[in-house]
Amino acid sequence: MSAVATTTSHLPWMWLVSRGSGLVLLVLLTAVFVLGISTRLGSAPKAVQRFAVAELHRTLALFAVSVLFLHVATAILDPYVSIGWWAMVLPFTSHYRPLALGLGSLAVDLGAAVLITSLARRHLGHRLWRGVHWLAYLSWPFAFMHSLRAGGDMGIWWVAALVWGSASAVGIAVGARILAAVRGDGSSRVPDPIRPTACPIGAGRLGGG
Amino acid sequence: MASTQLQSAPASSCAEHSEIRRLLPDGGAAPEGLAAHLEHHGALASNRSTREWRDAIVQKIECAGLLGRGGAAFPTGQKLRAVLSQSRQPVVIGNGTEGEPASMKDRVLLARAPHLVLDGATIAADIVLAKEVVMVVHRDVRPMVDGAVCERRQMGIDRIPILVVTASDRFVAGEASAVVNWVDRGRPVPLGKVPRMSERGLGGCPTLVQNVETLAHLALICRHGSEWYRRLGTPKEPGSMLVTLIGSLVQPGVHEVAIGTPVSDILELAGGPSAPLQALLVGGYFGSWLPAAPTMSLSFSAQGLGVGLGAGLLVAFPVGACGVAEAARLARYLACQSAGQCGPCKFGLPAIAEKLEKLAEGRPAGMADLHRWLAEIDGRGACSHPDGVARQIRSALEAFHDEVIQHEEGWCTALGKEPVLPLPMGTIR
Amino acid sequence: MNTPVSLRIDRIACDGRGLCAELLPELVKLDDWGYPIIADGVVPERLEDLARDTVEICPKLALWLENGK
Repeated sequence: MSAVATTTSHLPWMWLVSRGSGLVLLVLLTAVFVLGISTRLGSAPKAVQRFAVAELHRTLALFAVSVLFLHVATAILDPYVSIGWWAMVLPFTSHYRPLALGLGSLAVDLGAAVLITSLARRHLGHRLWRGVHWLAYLSWPFAFMHSLRAGGDMGIWWVAALVWGSASAVGIAVGARILAAVRGDGSSRVPDPIRPTACPIGAGRLGGG
Repeated sequence: MASTQLQSAPASSCAEHSEIRRLLPDGGAAPEGLAAHLEHHGALASNRSTREWRDAIVQKIECAGLLGRGGAAFPTGQKLRAVLSQSRQPVVIGNGTEGEPASMKDRVLLARAPHLVLDGATIAADIVLAKEVVMVVHRDVRPMVDGAVCERRQMGIDRIPILVVTASDRFVAGEASAVVNWVDRGRPVPLGKVPRMSERGLGGCPTLVQNVETLAHLALICRHGSEWYRRLGTPKEPGSMLVTLIGSLVQPGVHEVAIGTPVSDILELAGGPSAPLQALLVGGYFGSWLPAAPTMSLSFSAQGLGVGLGAGLLVAFPVGACGVAEAARLARYLACQSAGQCGPCKFGLPAIAEKLEKLAEGRPAGMADLHRWLAEIDGRGACSHPDGVARQIRSALEAFHDEVIQHEEGWCTALGKEPVLPLPMGTIR
Repeated sequence: MNTPVSLRIDRIACDGRGLCAELLPELVKLDDWGYPIIADGVVPERLEDLARDTVEICPKLALWLENGK
């Protein structure tokens, strides 16, 4: 057996699984993102309760972790391209397309921070958890840019549709979140403006009765 | 109120038997200097660093049954033991914030007898082996307290340094955890019921927060003993207390009375009513309204009145004033003074105030909602602000029941529009 | 036999999000502004697991279970 045979004996199914799981992962992350904002805003229809949305957000996030491992493992194990294991968490250290993959690694790093702090929420306290959770807003754009650069299937119409559909969903969710912040809700909710204090009008029938 | 009013009013002659002079020195407005103070009360014991002394004094305080004079009437001995049981070195805070705008007693005490208060703070610090004392005092009396601390430093009579801090103006700033928060972080809002200040307070250390009047009593018990202390007052509520008498009285002012004294005698100390009274507000803006006539003959104690004595405020509310309007004004003031940290208080209080304002104007108010909200806000805040409002307003609706019915039909029997109670408008947000 | 627990709330952390009332309506009702009114006393044994889930799901970590009443 020659060296030529080894270099050309890549396993197409691994590459397919990696790309396929990548697409699934993008859709999952989009769903997690939108559900997260939906939990915060309570924007689900009345029939769907907030706790259910919160639970789904959490469940899908954990599911996304397993899909992530599949996506990364198949890409790294595939002998056709040279990607070291470290490249998963150290951005821009892969031999193969460092920029494209580096974006993915950044998304993984930020996502890992969000995940770990969420699992340890009780011990870290609310403020630390919340501060790190905001990194999720950065994680998705990096995952998205990684999809565009490292993907390469955008020629297929339904792939492009899913990718741009995901972007739209995230865009709408972010818009809703900004709107809610500007309008003021949650801890920044305030009661109606204070009326001037009333004085009684005096003996007899009061006005405006 | 202007600092020119910071003098204890002289008692009218017929009421002299009710006037007590344990805490406040006689006559004048000037603070009692250190020399005069030591002559008046005698020096403190010099063996204040021994275990025997500490055990003995805590025993004395418990036997005396000293209750806190900040409004909650919490047993001081219990508080001392709670701080003593902690392992970290504690801090003592003397609370002279007096967030209650109508109350003057803490200011008068600090203005006239600062050394008695500081004695108490030092003794408390020696009991719990504190590393420092922080006196948080109302802006009006800061100069007097500074002067007194300076005198003591020159004489070197205190074991540890006394730091003086000017209190915040806000109503809730006098709450124990709010005082700690103010000194620690400059935020005069409560921190919540856990952890307790006696466990983790200022800088994470166990903190003993005591009202300045409580500290003054503590200093006297140290000198004269628990039996002496119990000579006045009732068995369950021993001792004397400072009361602020305001409203329709001939000479409003601050007086010291024995707990259990008949209410009418106490009003006589202020020259008696200047007009026929319809109601009395007992305690403070978190206190209770009581109908005047039946209350006059009752004894001024929690047991006698059936309501807490709070911060020792007694307001004489005249016939001809509108109780509903007064309640509405109070509700609005207290709503504005909410720290705004907890939903039921932040939203419930303005809603309650709005209902009362409508009622005061004789418009339909929806009393069922009002009563429901008053029941719902009780106990659902991080401090007792909503509890106090619920108590006061419910008692107002009961005491002014007839007036409420009039207002529901669009009538008001009041003659004048002037408010009776002071509400610092500048602090309304 | 578990020690009895009661449901406690940090009123400052609570934001009135309402997930607790959804998950545990037997013990938690909401007032007119969306803030929880928690029933006094010990959590019934049959609701203990649900109470633990409720504590977990609060987005502001405002709930906890305390031993005793």
